[in-house]
Amino acid sequence: MKIRLRYAKRGKLRFASHRDVARTFERALRRAGLPMAYSQGYSPHPRVSWAGAAPTGAASEAEYLEIQLVEQVDPAVVCAKLNAALPEGLAIIEGVPAGPGGLAERMTASAWRIEIRGVTAQQLRQAAQVLLAAPEVLVERVTKDGRRSIDARAAIVSLNVEDCPTVPPVPDQLNQCGILIAVVRQVSPAVRPDDVLSALGAVAGLPSSVLAKAIRTRQGWLDDDGGLVDPLMADRVAARTALMESGDEPDRHDVADIPVDR
Amino acid sequence: MFEQLELLLPRVSKPVQYIGGELNATVKDWDTAAIRWALMYPDAYEVGLPNQGIMILYEVLNEQHDVLAERTYAVWPDLEKLMREHRVPQFTVDSHRPVGEFDLLGVSFATELGYTNLLTALDLAGIPLHAAQRTNGHPIVIAGGHAAFNPEPIADFIDAAVLGDGEEAVLEITDAVREWKAQGQPGGRTELLTRLGEIDGVYLPGAYDVSYLPDGRIAGIVRNTERVAHRVAKRTTMDLDEWPYPKQPLVPIAEIVHERMSVEIFRGCTRGCRFCQAGMITRPVRERSIEGIGEMVEQGLKASGFSEVGLLSLSSADHSEIREITKGLADRYEGTGTGLSLPSTRVDAFNIDLANEISRNGRRSGLTFAPEGGSERIRRVINKMVSEEDLIRTVATAFGAGWRQVKLYFMCGLPTETDDDVLQIAHMAHRVIRAGREVTGSKDIRCTISIGAFVPKPHTPFQWAGQEDPDIVDSRLRKLRVEINSDRRIGRNVGMRYHDGKPALIEGLLSRGDRRVGRVIERVWRDGGRFDGWSEHFSYDRWVTACAAELAALGVSLEWFTTRERDRDEVLPWDHLDSGLDKDWLWDDWQDALSGREQDDCRWTPCFDCGVCPSMGTDIQVGPSGRQLLPISPAGR
Repeated sequence: MKIRLRYAKRGKLRFASHRDVARTFERALRRAGLPMAYSQGYSPHPRVSWAGAAPTGAASEAEYLEIQLVEQVDPAVVCAKLNAALPEGLAIIEGVPAGPGGLAERMTASAWRIEIRGVTAQQLRQAAQVLLAAPEVLVERVTKDGRRSIDARAAIVSLNVEDCPTVPPVPDQLNQCGILIAVVRQVSPAVRPDDVLSALGAVAGLPSSVLAKAIRTRQGWLDDDGGLVDPLMADRVAARTALMESGDEPDRHDVADIPVDR
Repeated sequence: MFEQLELLLPRVSKPVQYIGGELNATVKDWDTAAIRWALMYPDAYEVGLPNQGIMILYEVLNEQHDVLAERTYAVWPDLEKLMREHRVPQFTVDSHRPVGEFDLLGVSFATELGYTNLLTALDLAGIPLHAAQRTNGHPIVIAGGHAAFNPEPIADFIDAAVLGDGEEAVLEITDAVREWKAQGQPGGRTELLTRLGEIDGVYLPGAYDVSYLPDGRIAGIVRNTERVAHRVAKRTTMDLDEWPYPKQPLVPIAEIVHERMSVEIFRGCTRGCRFCQAGMITRPVRERSIEGIGEMVEQGLKASGFSEVGLLSLSSADHSEIREITKGLADRYEGTGTGLSLPSTRVDAFNIDLANEISRNGRRSGLTFAPEGGSERIRRVINKMVSEEDLIRTVATAFGAGWRQVKLYFMCGLPTETDDDVLQIAHMAHRVIRAGREVTGSKDIRCTISIGAFVPKPHTPFQWAGQEDPDIVDSRLRKLRVEINSDRRIGRNVGMRYHDGKPALIEGLLSRGDRRVGRVIERVWRDGGRFDGWSEHFSYDRWVTACAAELAALGVSLEWFTTRERDRDEVLPWDHLDSGLDKDWLWDDWQDALSGREQDDCRWTPCFDCGVCPSMGTDIQVGPSGRQLLPISPAGR
């Protein structure tokens, strides 16, 4: 069976690259003693497929992967065992049996919460307005194919600014702070929080030396109103339907709604 | 202080190496700990994290209820620059505490090329570089590891060094610090250091004075307090089964050099390879029992989730029950996707059996052997007893069993070496390819030869040898390349990897140097020297310049410390540090080397009086025990 998992990358672990996260998961899957399906060949690897990945340096509450098992296992058990085996900073939030249809294509956009030091919320608000008003904003990006220019504006769906709740205990000018809530389309190459900041710098003179902490809060299908549809919704519905048809519905409120235990 | 650090991390490469949070890492309460150790491996995290010495001491110390141990590693220059700019001190990765706040800083030196990184860490930690300038509030800086058998070049920068096995010594040091603190720190730092100097195996450079002859040689090394020994003898942990560490191997988030857990199956080696410092200073052989190994593998795999186990030692196939161990482990983990590896094996058919056994369920890609010398003659000089016929027979067996690539390790610049000894490497590589083609009927055979420049090390028979000039080493390597390619039809299947002779010369300076080399290290560091073990950071010119500036006035030089052959009566900088080896025996072995006489292994032949066992009160421990493998059933899936 295949199980789709939503997980969070938090705290210090946001500095882990996707390779690091993938390796850590692979080891945790071993330690958790789950009946994993393995690839064929000389060095078999557990069958895991990833649906995108948050960039190194960014935290996330909404990352997704799919694992393949050779036996039927209650997704709640999978989540609990994996959480016990994962290091602090990686946590499974939810697990559901995979329904029909691919997972990756249900994620067409991300919501980011970017805490920016060195500017006030007011300055940030003005910068965001200028950026949204621009027809195109090119930013430079070093990809594996070399340096290229990408249009960051085209990928941005919305920008909102909030005040920082508390002033963090760091030196001098960095005490200023604003929070940018950005909804960004999944495009190729990806437009990341860094690119949004570069775009703000390019059109609105946001200083390039700002320090920022980004968290991906949600991923999903971008609907017509600019909202994001939970990518596991379809699987949850499918699992529930299957249970009802088998007449074996448990008395819990929702089979796939696994509590987060950390 | 992670809040300060995390603002810098987005601007450095591979920030994950600075965050800690490894599986099985221990974070203890700072305030309730009576003794706090910071343990450092003075190289990049990816190299330092898997270090067994640090991992063992970290666990041994943290098991003590009132002791806290955290780890720290060398930071790369990009982060160092930002840390200086933003006044962020050297930190531990476990709970991101400033290193300057710990009671002790233990630094493990596997290689001397980490010395400049020690200075960076001290400076970033706000600890005075010179031990003499430290006061009560500063951590006690203690060096360990193989390089601690001659810590003279860093004598100015360390407070103490521990010779030999550290498991028991760190606990005794901890006890001494605990007692001194509980007594209200009587006599201050000086008294604490002297008390540490009274512990077996602990060397206080400051308690010994060195005097020099007009020609630059050492006149004498004399203690300046009667509370320390005339000579400091190394520590030897005799029963490895009592020390089954690491029990909980650290598993990093970041990528590291070896993605596997390690179990040390024995310590010490009596093969007697004359270039090998590790083999000389870790005698006698002490084997871990077959049951002990089985349990460590089982527990370690469970605790770590690694899919490969390395059976570590200086010559792993020499464990007296290695056949039972490898067969037992291969049986137990069959079908679980768990790989076994056996580094450091010697050249004989028995090893092919072993290699076949451990690769039973996996791929037969490459086998590695270390003949070390190209000619029969030079192999007698270095006491690496393997004939070319044996090697070819072994390799042919390997190719016959399905292996397709052979890697051969050699050294260049060995004592008495001529061009011809090195050119013989090409001859050997060609024979390997021909043998492989013959056995397999395939042209798809690879032989990679990997060559390092020889560095004479303290406490070995070659401690008196003149190190070869790097220009000669480099010219021999060039001639070797031409020779390999002299027959293109064979040469194209031979790969050649080598390091040039220059870093080796600096390693030689730091290995056999005395206290006068300290000022060279400091100048190099002030000129920007960092990560000298990494070719992209190492600058030969920086070292040459610093040597000229600092040593000329003393009447010595880089060459004086390296390429000069020493006489029998010269006082060596490490003569007051006792590895157990009898200096007369070492000298006789050096003379035997020069006349090409070999020395047997005392595990299988009578004792040849190297001196270690009687002087250290130890004995070789070799099976077979006759016991069954592991009291645990097959793991299954």
